[in-house]
Amino acid sequence: MKPLLTYTLRQGDRALILAQRLLETITHAPEIEEDMALSNLALDLIGQARALYTYVAEIEGDIDGAVRDENHYAYCREQHEFQNPLLVEQPNGDFAQIIVRQFLHDAYAFPYWRVMQHSTDETLAAIAAKSVKETAYHLRHSRSWLVRLGDGTDESHRRAQAAVDQMWRYTGELFETDEVEQALVSASIAFDPDELRNTWLHTVAGTLTEATLEMPDDVVMQNGGRSGRHSESFSRLIGELQVLARAHPGATW
Amino acid sequence: MSGKADWPLWEVFVRAKRGVSHVHAGTVHAPDAELALQNARDLFTRRSEGVSLWVVKSNDITASDPNDRESLFDPADDKTFRHPTDFELPDEVANM
Repeated sequence: MKPLLTYTLRQGDRALILAQRLLETITHAPEIEEDMALSNLALDLIGQARALYTYVAEIEGDIDGAVRDENHYAYCREQHEFQNPLLVEQPNGDFAQIIVRQFLHDAYAFPYWRVMQHSTDETLAAIAAKSVKETAYHLRHSRSWLVRLGDGTDESHRRAQAAVDQMWRYTGELFETDEVEQALVSASIAFDPDELRNTWLHTVAGTLTEATLEMPDDVVMQNGGRSGRHSESFSRLIGELQVLARAHPGATW
Repeated sequence: MSGKADWPLWEVFVRAKRGVSHVHAGTVHAPDAELALQNARDLFTRRSEGVSLWVVKSNDITASDPNDRESLFDPADDKTFRHPTDFELPDEVANM
């Protein structure tokens, strides 16, 4: 696969899988207002995934006389073909886990889209220009909640710290780089993830301090999302995502 | 996840565009002002309804008593001279 194709697909998968996890929370948030907030985040992420998948189809071009569309990438791939980072597929658990996963992701996604506005790839730069505004709000929301949970009651503090400790091992993968990414970095289509990591760490450290939470010690980071090695619960997530499209191929309404 | 959270109620005011007043749009539940603003954004500006939001704790609103309606409002009924009906509004005044 072309590096640009793989790279764009990864970003689309990151957005789609996180959106799917968030959509599982509908009707389960602490209040209907937060239900709306979480599904709004999901809708933004689905919009980003659609734009990215549409671009993937364009890069891929003609296959057996037909051009694929965005739905192909969401509904017609096997689970090992998804290349999202493991962080975004982590199960929802309690509200603290949902917020911590979201915050650790948003603290990455916001500076990511901000810098991608300067990509030499015009389509990715345009997607970034739209996504950066959405993601700025996502970060504001998840950050607000993390501070309140950490610096809240004994129980919310305990749960928030447990969620941070649990999710931490999936954060290293966000900043991994490989030959696919290197090729794009040297063409200024993508950017050095090391710099992104510094920005992320600064946001995370400041927020954890404000939330009276401890940053975990160095742990062995889990990875494998990019090579399609996902966690056990991922197959159920994909099953739910794809069940309709699999049962009724090409269904419309 | 647990049941309903015990969050206070907030009144939401939305300004549709520059130059017009904030108008009461409804209410949200939220644990504090900042999150009330975020919830108001998600509930009342989904379809580009606004450019500015206010939230006020419902408890902080002092409302008139419906039983006082006659004494408060009826005396204005026969004072038509208070209506600026004899003035022509210049076209330059867009919102009034």
